[in-house]
This record gives sequence, C-alpha cells and structure tokens, in this order.
Amino acid sequence: MNKEYETVIGLEVHVELATKTKIFCSCSTAFGSAPNTHTCPVCTGMPGSLPVLNKKVVEYAIAVGLATGCEINQYSKFDRKNYFYPDNPQNYQISQLYLPICHDGGIEIETQAGTKMIGIHEIHMEEDAGKLIHDDWEEVSLVDYNRSGVPLIEIVSEPDMRSAEEVIAYLDKLRMIIQYLGASDCKMQEGSMRADVNLSVRKLGSKEFGTRTEMKNIGSFKAIARAIEAEKARQIDLLESGESVVQETRRWNDEQGYSYAMRSKEDAQDYRYFPEPDLVPIEVSDQWLQKIRGRQPELRDQKYKRYVEQYGLPAYDAQILTSAKKLADLFEEAVKLCEKPKKVSNWLMGETMRLMKEHSMDPEDIAFSPVNLAKLIVLADAGTINGTVAKEVFEQVFANDIDPDQYVEQKGLKTVNDEDALRKTIAQIIEDNPKSVEDYHNGKEKAIGFLVGQTMKAMKGKANPGMVNQILKELL
Amino acid sequence: MEQIKTGKNVISDQTIEYVGILAKLELSEEEKQAAKKDMERMLDYIDKLNELDTSQTEPMSHIFSVKNVFREDVAEHVDGGEDTLANAPERKDRAFVVPKTVDQ
Repeated sequence: MNKEYETVIGLEVHVELATKTKIFCSCSTAFGSAPNTHTCPVCTGMPGSLPVLNKKVVEYAIAVGLATGCEINQYSKFDRKNYFYPDNPQNYQISQLYLPICHDGGIEIETQAGTKMIGIHEIHMEEDAGKLIHDDWEEVSLVDYNRSGVPLIEIVSEPDMRSAEEVIAYLDKLRMIIQYLGASDCKMQEGSMRADVNLSVRKLGSKEFGTRTEMKNIGSFKAIARAIEAEKARQIDLLESGESVVQETRRWNDEQGYSYAMRSKEDAQDYRYFPEPDLVPIEVSDQWLQKIRGRQPELRDQKYKRYVEQYGLPAYDAQILTSAKKLADLFEEAVKLCEKPKKVSNWLMGETMRLMKEHSMDPEDIAFSPVNLAKLIVLADAGTINGTVAKEVFEQVFANDIDPDQYVEQKGLKTVNDEDALRKTIAQIIEDNPKSVEDYHNGKEKAIGFLVGQTMKAMKGKANPGMVNQILKELL
Repeated sequence: MEQIKTGKNVISDQTIEYVGILAKLELSEEEKQAAKKDMERMLDYIDKLNELDTSQTEPMSHIFSVKNVFREDVAEHVDGGEDTLANAPERKDRAFVVPKTVDQ
C-alpha cells in the first residue's frame, strides 16, 4: 500500500550562530550560566529599549548563504512577527519576512541512490526565544531569558526531499558546511541546531502537494528519521480510511514513538508581520560581499578533492579525514611539518580513531597538537623507534600531548641497531630455549615467533624487528 | 476581510472578535462598538491613500534614510540577572514564574 504514495518533505533548520554576543544587545551568548544572567532591557523587551544589530551575525549569515549557493539580498531588512508566549518577552520576534538576507540556493546531497540537489528557498536572520522550564510539582512554568536574543539563522529548504534518508543527508551536509565555516557548532543535543519537519504525502505521479503537517524541534538525527516514518504512516492511514490530513503543528514524542497535535489558540498562526521600525535596513556593498567571499574557508567537497589530487590519498582516507573539520585541520598541519600525508592519515584513521572510540570522544575533543604527531612520524619513519614503541609513544601524545623527541630520549626507547649486542642476546635466547629451537628444526615455523618475542622482551622492546628475524634465522 | 471598494468600510462583529483574540484583549460591548468605528475610519483613510498613483514610486522600507547601524561583537554586560528579575511579578530563585504553558 505504502508503495503507491510519495512523501514530500521540506525542512526549516534553525542554527544558533557562534557569536560572542546576542543579535541586538551586548549580552553574552554563553551556554550553561545561571538563569537570567545574560539579560538586559533589550533582550527582555523592556519598553524604550532599542535593538542594535550585531555585524558578525550578518557576516555569518552571508557566509552560510554563499556556501550554500544562495543569492545575497544586498538590501535586506527586519520585520516583526507578533505572537504572545511567555518565552518571548517583547510579544514579537524580530525576524525577516520580506527581504531575507539570502535566497534561492541549494546543496547537493549524496544517498544510496546517487546525488541530488536540494533547493534552499531562503535563509533569514532572527532572534531566539527564552527557555521555559516546566515545574513538575506546581502548575507553573519557569522562564530563563539567557537564550532570548541569541542570533539564529533559519534555513528554509524547498520541499525537495522524499525520504528520511534524504533528510538526514541534507542535515548532515548542512551541518558540515556550517561547522567548516565556523558559523555554529551545530550541536543538536544542545539545541544549537534544530529542525522543523514539514511533511505531506501524495499518490505517486501526482503533481499536487497533499496537506502538510509540521513537526517542531526534534532533538536528534535518529529521532527525525523515526518521526518521519511515523508521520508518513499516519497520513497514509488517514487517507486510506477516507479521512483527510489536517494542517497543524504536531509534537513528536520520541520515547513513546508517536506525535500529537499541539493545542494552539484559535488562529495563532496569524503573525501580522510588519516592518521592524527600530532597526534600519542593511545594505551589503559589493566590497563588503567581496571581503566575506574572500574569507570563505575551503569547504569539505573541495578539501576532499584536493586530498585525493594533491596528497594522493585514497578516496576512503579523504572521506574520513574531511568528515570533521578538526581532523582535517590536524591532518593538514601535521603534513605541513613532516610531509608524509599517507603516514599522517594512517595515524589519524588508525590509532587516533581507535583511542577516540575507546574514550567515546568526538573529533572536536582531540587535544594533541599536530607538531607532536609529526615528530612521532619522523621518529618512526627514520627507524629511531620501532612500530611497537611508536604506538606506545602515540598513546602518550594522544593522552597528554607529550613531545615524542623528549619522551623517547628520557625513557631510552630508541631502537637498538647495534648488531653485535643483538647477536649476543639472541645467542643467549637460543641457548636458554632448546625446546623451541628443536620445534623449529622439526618444521614448526611458529616456534620462531616465540624466540622473536623473547628477544624483544630481553631488549625491552627496542630491537629492530627486521634485524632480529634475520639474525635468528642465521644462527638457527 | 470585507472591504467595500468604494465608500465606507464596515467591520463585522466577527472581525472585531478575532482582532481581540489576537491582541489578547477582552472588550465590553461598548468598547467593541468604539473599536469598530475606529477601525472603519482607519480603513477609510487607507483607501484615501490608495487613491494615489504609486506605480512609479519605490516601496519604502524605513522612514529614515539611515542604513547599516551595527554593533561589534563584544560582550559588555556581566550579570544583568537581578535587574531583570526586579521586573518579575513572581520569581522563583533566578527564574520568572508564569502560568503553566500547555503545549511544550
């Protein structure tokens, strides 16, 4: 039955910008302070207070617009969106309706089915609302205005997505672009990236859109995928049983796995927008635009291509290394210092990933410096330390960002390349382990492994393994 | 909304009820009638303005010819909490207390 239907999805993505201060006042945007610490008459809507626009907000919004192929409205202005709710002390939100800063762009996503362009209708700037905390014991809610006035951009897509997979790919791509730009950390669990999902279904082949519902503020990629599947099924069930979909805002309960209609006061959707009289228009000169364009960092797709072409990395390596800006930055810095791209890539993709997984860390949590990784690679490559020792030293670099040169020197970890000393040790090992020697001569090839191990142990792991093997075979 | 093109605008009871809800106002019967008259006069005035030919005029987005007034992104306030909370009709610790909101 589901096969006869197509799901049509558009997203409104809110992203908190990484500015130090709010959009219209100089209060801090720091997360996690005591309630109402970062407030002033402007962000709490006191009569007579006047907003002044944070220039950095405009620059971030334009940067995101340029990176998502948008046209920039060089003449832009703010509008008032009127509604009453306790998280909004002004009784209006300053937003952009008529002349949003960016419009008509799009980004390419990749799914199993190949690449697809998802259109971006517009990007506008607006202010965030305060946070409501619901008291479980009393019939009251508590309001914290620290978030009130934190700058947001709202990225409105075209209704171009057809599945949860495409939605996740779009969000992932968007997040990556914005993180690369440094315009936001896009942490869904902290609410610095939030998505509203507009969804409708229609018979396959139909050109008309069905009636859509909106699901607000879903907290994670996984929850979004689940909400989409459930809402799609709910709408198809309604249509199949001859009922119709009601245009409404629904809230997704991820623990219980269902959505419910939010009770909204009669016609609360009538926002009666009008031009914001307290803020003057923004005119972005060609010169300013050029300056912002010139500052755009290299984005993931370009970086990926360059890693393959310039450094000769396998596509797989390039993919992993560019999946987080932190990894890409580390890679490039370390390569600059040691000029061994594949080696740097191996350390990042192998040991670094392993240790990250072991400690449940994100790439952003990596604390070691590229200098120390480069030094380690130089030591290992020159044969100054062997592979086993290198791994041991790397664990120290990863955990404490130690200087490998000093560490190896202090701990006496240099590989012993002194052939005479090695011969003496190996002769002794052979003498001490007649059983293994006999096994070896009886064709048990594996016995040599034991003898190598014993030699390494006697040399405290510092022997050159190639040399050990060679001398052992010779003496046996 | 019911706007008669020529002549006087008429605001219905329904409209005044709706505007009241949007503005969170409870109006007495007298106030409703007075508001109706005011709104009708406003619409008539707008009709008068609409008689002007503005086809050759650029839309105006702000009455001042000022643009690009910005702040640099530098934090100033340290802790405005107590000043802000002085305006709270009711507070609990560091937060405003409001009637429970339904749809969160």
